[in-house]
Amino acid sequence: MPGELMGKSAVDLAAAIRAGEISAVAAAEERLAAIVARDSEISAFTQVLNEAALEAAASIDQRVGAGEDPGPLAGVPVALKDNLCTRGIPTTCCSRILEGWKPPYEATVVSRLREAGAVAIGKTNLDEFAMGSSTENSAFGTTRNPHDLSRVPGGSSGGSAAAVAADFAPLALGSDTGGSIRQPAALCGVVGVKPTYGRVSRYGLIAFASSLDQIGPFAASVADAATLLEVIGGHDPADSTSIPKAMPSFSECLKRGVEGMRIGLVAELSDGADPDVARRVSEAADALADGGAVMEEASVPAAKFGLSAYYLIAPAEASSNLARYDGVRYGMRAEASNAVDMNIATRTAGFGEEVKRRIMLGTFALSAGYYDAYYGKALKVRTLIIRDFDRAYERFDALISPTSPTTAFEIGSRTDDPLEMYLSDVCTVPSSLAGHPAMSVPFGWGSAGSTGDADNLPVGVQVMAPALGEEAMFQVGAFLESVAP
Amino acid sequence: MKLPEGWEAVLGLEVHAELLTRTKLFSASPNRFGGEPNTHIDPVSLGLPGTLPVVNLHAVELAIRVGLSLNCDVRPSTFARKNYFYPDMPKNYQISQYEDPINADGFLELPSGKRIGIVRAHLEEDTGKSTHVGGGGRIHEAGYSLIDYNRAGVPLIEIVSAPDLRSSDEAKEYVAELRAILVAIGASDGKMEEGSLRVDANISVRRIGEGLGVRCEVKNVNSLRSLGRAIDYEAQRQAKLLEEGGEVSQETHHWDEDEGKTRSLRSKEGETDYRYFLEPDLVPLAPDPEWIEEIRAALPALPAERRKQLADKASDNSEADIEADMSSIAAIVSRDQDELALAAITTEADPQLVFKHILNNLADGTGKLDATAFAELLRAEAAGDISASQTKTILGDLVADGGNAAEAIAARTSDTTGESELETLLDELIAQHSDEWQRFCEGEKKLQGFFVGQIMKATRGQADGQATAKLLAQRKKD
Repeated sequence: MPGELMGKSAVDLAAAIRAGEISAVAAAEERLAAIVARDSEISAFTQVLNEAALEAAASIDQRVGAGEDPGPLAGVPVALKDNLCTRGIPTTCCSRILEGWKPPYEATVVSRLREAGAVAIGKTNLDEFAMGSSTENSAFGTTRNPHDLSRVPGGSSGGSAAAVAADFAPLALGSDTGGSIRQPAALCGVVGVKPTYGRVSRYGLIAFASSLDQIGPFAASVADAATLLEVIGGHDPADSTSIPKAMPSFSECLKRGVEGMRIGLVAELSDGADPDVARRVSEAADALADGGAVMEEASVPAAKFGLSAYYLIAPAEASSNLARYDGVRYGMRAEASNAVDMNIATRTAGFGEEVKRRIMLGTFALSAGYYDAYYGKALKVRTLIIRDFDRAYERFDALISPTSPTTAFEIGSRTDDPLEMYLSDVCTVPSSLAGHPAMSVPFGWGSAGSTGDADNLPVGVQVMAPALGEEAMFQVGAFLESVAP
Repeated sequence: MKLPEGWEAVLGLEVHAELLTRTKLFSASPNRFGGEPNTHIDPVSLGLPGTLPVVNLHAVELAIRVGLSLNCDVRPSTFARKNYFYPDMPKNYQISQYEDPINADGFLELPSGKRIGIVRAHLEEDTGKSTHVGGGGRIHEAGYSLIDYNRAGVPLIEIVSAPDLRSSDEAKEYVAELRAILVAIGASDGKMEEGSLRVDANISVRRIGEGLGVRCEVKNVNSLRSLGRAIDYEAQRQAKLLEEGGEVSQETHHWDEDEGKTRSLRSKEGETDYRYFLEPDLVPLAPDPEWIEEIRAALPALPAERRKQLADKASDNSEADIEADMSSIAAIVSRDQDELALAAITTEADPQLVFKHILNNLADGTGKLDATAFAELLRAEAAGDISASQTKTILGDLVADGGNAAEAIAARTSDTTGESELETLLDELIAQHSDEWQRFCEGEKKLQGFFVGQIMKATRGQADGQATAKLLAQRKKD
């Protein structure tokens, strides 16, 4: 019966499968049927792993039958952003240059999911190499917002956000460099978490900007997102930037409420928001105060420069990270008469416009004579942002702001104006630059802007916390979820 | 070869040495020379999308050993990316150290006593190897290119000297001493011919007393001999150019061993902007000071100290001027045979004999030879009991079979060259050649050679010449 299991949270679904009450195959079949029914109009997936998912689900059922415990996510279907390496399964970053490339190894998070019993159900669409805020930069088509097919799902993890929003999977993984989990989560009305930099191993995540990239969960609920983070997080010796600490358990903090917590509404990140978004964020602040939190306005002055610094640092790292796509060892190769011309022809044909724009920006920012004025200055701004956050966190346990200044925008409305598109990340980049955890929690609905339409698009509230402060973040997030309009 | 009167060369060397680790700098593939192309590889050393480097702790330890041996300040360091495109570099950037090298501000003392500054000695990864087929081996003109990534990611230490060297001889002395140190501390095998030790020379010339001239970098020098030739060629080219009123332009040159000259590869002005920035996939290296001290305490004696030990010991035991033996001593230390020499001299063997036999007769190793037997054998030679050529033969026996010297000497001398054997042999010769013997006894001196020759022939050269002559003289008198 399609839809029968959909209502269950991932945690409950896993519990039922572990108890032998529900079969993992049935759970997978139900989601695969939903994908067949509706993904042709949404295009969340670049690849659906029908057979592999059913096979993995059958083996979960066998293990349950044999009295084994397949793990905390037993039989739970999970969608994977297509910049996470899956062994033997094409991993493309939605770029022509990697079309058809099958990694001979898999990402640490993919191994951890499997060890926890999860079933990978498909690879999801993204802006090419995770560069974008609308999933319109994918070489393999645009993903549509399940709440309004004329609108974007946000990006770059738009496919993963849409997959959860459309009930194609109860859980999904994305990656967040400057907001690529949180912004699409907000636009699609789901929970999206960017953990502390170093909480989750980046091994097997195809790099965009290494000092910012972080893998994180999408889920329909805060509790499910927290469980997924517990599974994928924790130290990994294969990633030198991985924090050598065990993941805490978050289940306790989700029920704690916000009584006595000190929470700040960040002025600098709220000013430019659309009225509907601002209204919901202010309602969220009121709800937190009603819940017993000490709610005040907070200031992170350097956050204003976050976007400018981000759009120098991220492209600079990207220009180096993407140098390896040269047609020599893997992926696409354009024909030319010698190796150097082949490199140029391959990169010219293989990369999309936005990727080329950022490679050029980044190359310029790192060049002799410009480094100090651009990249060097951006690093200083990054230091200032960390300092200003540190000061704010002396007074506050957590901070809130809009996740995105607007609700989902129309497909094509920003593609001709890169700067307008970059502004989508204005609220999310400061925590990224600081390496702090931040999440987006759905909080009511808003109209499509100032047109006064009906409230038919999701609004997300961003909850931020200091480094390794996931517990406080989840505590506030779970409370907001419980009082959301 | 000399520069024109009044000119001097100013040289700084960049030496790249592959570190003797089991695995690569950032991954688990074997660090091993040769092998079928593209067999010592893994996702990380190929730079596959999504892979990340993890620093090999053993490489860090070896780098610290190098730094300590070169009197460097070993300090917290960072890795940086050096960005440029080349097909044999899997990521199209090289992970190196730029602003904060692990070792800086050291010096190396040449055997001559001169101190050469060490600016830095930092860690970096090696590239793969390209073979451009056709088009004169150049990438732009080649019909196709073959790439072997076995070497990609092998740990290197790049040792940069200050421009303190003044001649090709000094440069060779520096590289030889550096190589000896690297080998002695187990950091590198120092094989220039296999490319595990590579030298680039920065060369400029100036009129003595003037400021530094414009330099050229010469690459592709694969032996000490090439290094000397390349420096002499390039310094003379520059001096001639300047004397004729020309100017040296800052360029990279390639040494062509067959042609015996340098060729300009590219001008420095047009060179790649490497766009260095901190490697975000790695965290800073901050070796624990206690660990550094442990590494220091475990360092073996360096070649200079070992040479001094041996020279001092030899001086104590010899009337002769040991200064004359310094090159022998250096060779013995570089062959790791100084312990044997020390032990032999300590047990009263003559230092000059020790040096001579080690250098000439133990080049292929010492096998089962122990120092006591060696010393005893040399004492026998010094006492005139055996000849130098007998010593050589018996040394061969001891290397092959071990054992003590007395037995080895007896085994050889009692065979064919013992006095009784010699007498028996001479009796037979006198019987066979009674006519010649008669004439010899009557004073025909040239027949001495005939009898010695016959004895040598019969003993296949094993008879001691002196003993034979003595025996002949005695019999003649009888």
